[in-house]
Amino acid sequence: MTATVIPIPLSEALNGSRLRISGIEVQGVLRRRLLDLGFVVGNAVEVLRRSPLGDPTAFRVSNTTIALRREESSLIYGELIGGAET
Amino acid sequence: MSQYTVAFAGNPNTGKSTLFNLLTGMRQHTGNWAGKTVISAEGEFTHKDHQYLAVDLPGTYSLYSNSADEEAARDYIIFEQPDVTLVVLDATSLERNLNLALQVLEITGRTVICINLIDEARRLGIDINLKKISKRLGVPVVAISARNKIGIEALLDQVELVATSVVTAPPLRITYNDEIERGIAELTPMVEQTIGSMYPARWIALRLLDGDDSLLTSLKANMNSKGKALPGTKEVLGHGVTACH
Repeated sequence: MTATVIPIPLSEALNGSRLRISGIEVQGVLRRRLLDLGFVVGNAVEVLRRSPLGDPTAFRVSNTTIALRREESSLIYGELIGGAET
Repeated sequence: MSQYTVAFAGNPNTGKSTLFNLLTGMRQHTGNWAGKTVISAEGEFTHKDHQYLAVDLPGTYSLYSNSADEEAARDYIIFEQPDVTLVVLDATSLERNLNLALQVLEITGRTVICINLIDEARRLGIDINLKKISKRLGVPVVAISARNKIGIEALLDQVELVATSVVTAPPLRITYNDEIERGIAELTPMVEQTIGSMYPARWIALRLLDGDDSLLTSLKANMNSKGKALPGTKEVLGHGVTACH
């Protein structure tokens, strides 16, 4: 039996992990911006690395690296599909 | 000899300005950083029997995110209604680039999709099925390399076909969920009544549902100025050459 995958915020994902985006709770103009950049439900995201102070974090999405602050990344949810062991 | 207007749209850093310069012979400064082309540049080129006015729009990822250059690109496509909108895409990251292509196609079917950097993509082992993309989008799709001058003639042939209305397509119609479609159905007649049939009513209805205040402001401003302006007069504002160092 496989356990149901519980979506976690991108801000909680470990470096090197890969997630499939399942929900975006950011609203307004910034939501549109994130969609345009490739943060779309169903798309895969890889957590590349974190800055020394832990924020922002660099993500790889649609073949481009994009850094997000915790403010945004904590509102984007994804299901773990590979990469770092949790 | 008739002259057609061709607007160049595309994400930043797709080689849009390289293509523009190649065709127009202009030395518009292009650089490898985002937001380089702030004001649109104009140039002319000839292909076969026709002359074309090329307008280089600011490079954008979207027409919806409300930055000044995105508004400029969007307003040009809607209000100036170029004979052809050439959407330049980066072959090495099509997924992201097609976002803008879809947005343009929802506004106008007078579009040619130009997949640039095709040599680079081939080198990376990326295989692109042009026929399939063209079929899905309903408009011509041509692969080129502006830097190495590959595919330029084929591209201009397609531009000609769209400019002269030999090839025509309605704006791409994406079916949304019931709630949104109901909203569109309710708004579209009102939009048509208010602004006439000049503009893509379904698309405007969709943007209004999304709460696009910036579009509403542009629409109002444009309707006011169109009322006064003589037919054929061109807005001078907003056209200029980007930093030519």
